Amino acid sequence: MKRILAAAALAAFAPAALAAQLNAAGATFPAPLYTKWFSEYRARTGVAINYQAIGSGGGIKNLQEMTVDFGATDGPMSDGELASARGGRVLHIPTILGAVTVTYNVPGVGTGLRLTPEVLAAIFNGTLRSWDDARIRQLNPAARLPHRGIIVAHRSDGSGTTYIFTDFLSSASSMWRRTIGAGKSVSWPVGLGGRGNEGVAGLVKQTPGAIGYVELAYANQNHLPVAAIRNRAGNFVLPSIESTTAAAAGMELPANSDLRLSIVNGAGADAYPISSFTWIIVYQQMRDRAKARQIADFLTWAVHDGQRFAAGLDYAPLPAAVVAADEAKIRLIQR
Amino acid sequence: MTDVVEGTLTQPAAAPGGLALPWRLSSASDAVWRGLLVGFGLVIPLLLVGIAAALVHGAWPAVRAFGGGFLTGSEWNPVSDRFGGVPFLVGTLASSLLALLIAVPLSIGLALFLTELAPRWLAAPIAFATELLAAIPSVVYGLWAIFVLVPFLRDRVQSPVSERLGESLGIFAGPAYGPSILAGGVILAIMIIPFVSAVSREVIAAVPRAQREAALALGATRWESTWQIVLPAARAGLIGAVMLGLGRAIGETMAVTMVIGNTPQIPHSLFAPAYTMASVLANEFAEASGDVHRSALMYVALLLLGVTLVVNALARALVWRVERRAAR
Repeated sequence: MKRILAAAALAAFAPAALAAQLNAAGATFPAPLYTKWFSEYRARTGVAINYQAIGSGGGIKNLQEMTVDFGATDGPMSDGELASARGGRVLHIPTILGAVTVTYNVPGVGTGLRLTPEVLAAIFNGTLRSWDDARIRQLNPAARLPHRGIIVAHRSDGSGTTYIFTDFLSSASSMWRRTIGAGKSVSWPVGLGGRGNEGVAGLVKQTPGAIGYVELAYANQNHLPVAAIRNRAGNFVLPSIESTTAAAAGMELPANSDLRLSIVNGAGADAYPISSFTWIIVYQQMRDRAKARQIADFLTWAVHDGQRFAAGLDYAPLPAAVVAADEAKIRLIQR
Repeated sequence: MTDVVEGTLTQPAAAPGGLALPWRLSSASDAVWRGLLVGFGLVIPLLLVGIAAALVHGAWPAVRAFGGGFLTGSEWNPVSDRFGGVPFLVGTLASSLLALLIAVPLSIGLALFLTELAPRWLAAPIAFATELLAAIPSVVYGLWAIFVLVPFLRDRVQSPVSERLGESLGIFAGPAYGPSILAGGVILAIMIIPFVSAVSREVIAAVPRAQREAALALGATRWESTWQIVLPAARAGLIGAVMLGLGRAIGETMAVTMVIGNTPQIPHSLFAPAYTMASVLANEFAEASGDVHRSALMYVALLLLGVTLVVNALARALVWRVERRAAR
């Protein structure tokens, strides 16, 4: 009797299940673009994706516990996190590129101050304390740098932006890697903490002598002065959508890579060195094959057609090589 | 029946439990009613126990890993998973006490002015304006503080004071960043003034008019009647008002987070940035990296709950002692 009722109930709900509804949660950084994607995709296919921007940590946790159909994160999952994912093997699909800019408030100095990774590391660990330090003057002979103390502003909330920035400093400076390391929250030796991009930007804007880091989109939309950072090829590169895509294009994709790749300090003459992927994370084998098919279809659309919505929202589109690598990964999703 | 009610009303202090008639389960409706009330009565204590249990459970890995060292350690390093809670404890207590130092004289002075001196046409709008302060969301206070209060404090208070006194007095030592324990204390003070002053006003107004008149009739000045009659009579209630403000200051999150500088170090100067327990929870919980980090944050939450309980217990003890001395 019970079974008959259950069958009847299933039959009654079957049409509802066809009008697809996917649940996802994760990173806040790509959320504006994802929201755009989901509404465009729904208009095209009728597949509704409900995305909650609760942060990368929450996205990973929800995927591990299988409370969402897919997750999104700004930092790749660690081996330990992958091991405790309950639904088996997790695929990382890079969806878009982001960059972190260095912004500052130095009276008399506009956008384009030149900085090297070593100088940045020295500023953010508190050993380089004045704007007219020889190390900065040497890089910017034409700039009129005042004798003023440097005040460091950083994110106080755990954030993928902090992860990318400290990942970059770690890869560029062994001293930074040993003493501070990379993480969404790190133990900053100096400086003030601001909440969110707006908090850091507020601190920098209001404090003469301040320096901080914010997302490219935020810096562009608010016309903040940004520094040109020296990349591995030795060129000083301003952050832009093109130079961010160049950072991923210059990268050599290892064969059989799981795409948990860091592209900070990447090769390529025009590569902006503080760039990063953001990922959608999904199980290779989902219990619900219909959902797996819908997710695979959506991801295929996102890495192709979806890319043209990126630039308008200040995200950098994926280079062709990464799109090809994504396709191979999406094909692994069992449907 | 009316006699009983009147009797208890006119002698409230004689027998607080005077109305507690023995329950007679005369009807089913009584039983339902009783069950309902018992349920309502238990909801809050159960909620508290549940929250405390969840915090202890969540904090347990950190309690096991750091033990009491968490209460003496001042390193907060999510990368190497070493955590200590002292900077947050100090930041919370220092900013809250600073807020009290500013808010209590202002609030009680305001309450005295409104009850003892101000004409009615002036008292009503001032009281209304004060209460409106309580209706402003704390994120709005925070924004105002970022754009107005912090630059003002930095340029007009911190810079000149630290230049003149910073060398000799450590608590005024620079540099003048702006976001600081001072900014946190000032914004908290503004936020708790409506609460402290509203309760103070009620308490002071409750002092019988006859006592003031008696003092004045004996030749006391306005000042003497206020200082020696009204304030002592209202003392217990005023302590309660201050403790209410302190409780609110300790738990306030958003506005403080926006102006205190969020630096996990033990501040040695009023002008140095600091961090509070509530702020670190709001900042780091959503993106906590790994189980130890999350658990250490739970430990901070447990600490915050503990501090709040201790403050409330102290307040109770203080009020009780003051009342007992007054009764003697």
